Amino acid sequence: MPSPTQGPERVPITGDDDVVRVRQLVRAYAQRMKLSLVDQTKLVTAASELARNTLVYGGGGFALVEEVHDGPRPGVRASFHDDGPGIADLDLALADGWSSGQGLGLGLSGARRLVDKFDLDTEVGRGTVVTVVKWKR
Amino acid sequence: MTADVEHGQALTELLRANADTVVEKWVAEVAAVLRGRATRQELARDFRELYDVVLPLVGTDGRDLAGADFAEIRALLEEYSRARVRAGFTPSETASSVFSLKRTVFDLAENDEDPQLFRQLMTFSGLLDALGLWTFESYARAREEIIREQAEQLLELTTPVVKLWEGVLAVPLVGTLDSERTQIVMEKLLEALVETGSEHAIIDITGVLAVDTQVAQHLLKTVVAARLMGAECIVSGIRPQIAQTIVALGIEFGDIVTKASLADALRHALRREGVHVVRRPAGEDV
Amino acid sequence: MERVPILKIGDVLLVSIQIDLQDQSVLALQEDLAEKISSTGAHGVVIDISAVEIVDSFIGRMFATIASISRLFDADTVVVGMRPAVAITLVELGLTLDGVRTALDLERGMKILGQLTARRGRDA
Repeated sequence: MPSPTQGPERVPITGDDDVVRVRQLVRAYAQRMKLSLVDQTKLVTAASELARNTLVYGGGGFALVEEVHDGPRPGVRASFHDDGPGIADLDLALADGWSSGQGLGLGLSGARRLVDKFDLDTEVGRGTVVTVVKWKR
Repeated sequence: MTADVEHGQALTELLRANADTVVEKWVAEVAAVLRGRATRQELARDFRELYDVVLPLVGTDGRDLAGADFAEIRALLEEYSRARVRAGFTPSETASSVFSLKRTVFDLAENDEDPQLFRQLMTFSGLLDALGLWTFESYARAREEIIREQAEQLLELTTPVVKLWEGVLAVPLVGTLDSERTQIVMEKLLEALVETGSEHAIIDITGVLAVDTQVAQHLLKTVVAARLMGAECIVSGIRPQIAQTIVALGIEFGDIVTKASLADALRHALRREGVHVVRRPAGEDV
Repeated sequence: MERVPILKIGDVLLVSIQIDLQDQSVLALQEDLAEKISSTGAHGVVIDISAVEIVDSFIGRMFATIASISRLFDADTVVVGMRPAVAITLVELGLTLDGVRTALDLERGMKILGQLTARRGRDA
């Protein structure tokens, strides 16, 4: 039975508890698209890292979560938007172990390994948008 | 489209009037080729259904096969092809069932001199060609589907997680490992550790012919993941060629426990579990 | 913000995480535990995460921090009940939690702590 495509749904990220809210929403979408438990966990974990980045480095912003379809293959897309300082050195930001704030610096590089598609759009002084997609296996 | 239908009028009338005869001849022709592998009754039922759905399409040449007008015949032929795949028919046998209708209809109109009917027959011939090709494609798709299903079943069969002892699980891996298969098996193993409360898992790769970087990485990640869960993985049965690959690829197996054979791995796991296996002196009863 | 309760069983502190952890709760738990280990003189800490569905780098780092803190008070830390999906994700994320002891379940975690305490008693 074909159901209408869900999303995008928008979650503001302005505080700690919003990170938890993003995780729960992404989990709900991943379950609805029938991702395996491992893939759900990977996607939710990536979303958690990225939402925290939006909050800590981007000074807050919002997340969009939606269904995506590649032919018959369903997936979940989540994007994280902020109007923060942007990232000056992308290579450095994506390298393991580097961080401009707190944490282990695993935020971006770790999240990238957990998803199937990872896009980073950033401009110094304007902000950052990170978009990730996880497909059903 | 309307003009086409008008053009097909004469042929439609002819086919409708002679429906029983045409289907009967069609069945006879195909039955002769299939030599008893499908009964006449089965063929008659299938072909009658096809015939009734094809009739309203007379006058179209099938170039628009993807369109909504053809949805029913497409679905019907897909179903027919799938049944033929499962019954072990070849793709030619399956598609020629459709092409056979052409000859039957041509025979029917043989003595007719009407040039208009001739043009309609040519169009009809084009339609049947398109439907035949569709049948061929459906057959191929159905077969791919079946192969995929079987591969999945085979995966289940060839990679059982077995309990060797209380607290000791093993997965004997056999054949060629690809990245996806390794990943699935490793997930299954970790789940089994929790379900059975086992602290030891043996990944035996005696039957594995080759590993690539990705597969070796998956094995390594599984060992580390098991450790995070509080369990120990032992890799056993690494063939010399595979050992060379691992070294050549520069993959660090680090402090992972490896054993030459499954038996050595089991002995190691049992010792860790506090079980000691001792050979009884000859002649001594239990 | 929800606080994670800390239970004391003998000379072991038991932390069973049943909530979806936000960063503030993680920081609060670290502080509460340091306080509790110091005031009770506990010899072991068991963190039960069998109900935890995700562990990201922030939560993962907490385990290592708690292990380091308890070591300063001569106590051992065992993380128990990590789910397979969580473990696979942590490995992919690049966190291997070096220096953190793990066990399949609470019972085994308690047993490990008991053995460690006994060994320490012998050494002393």
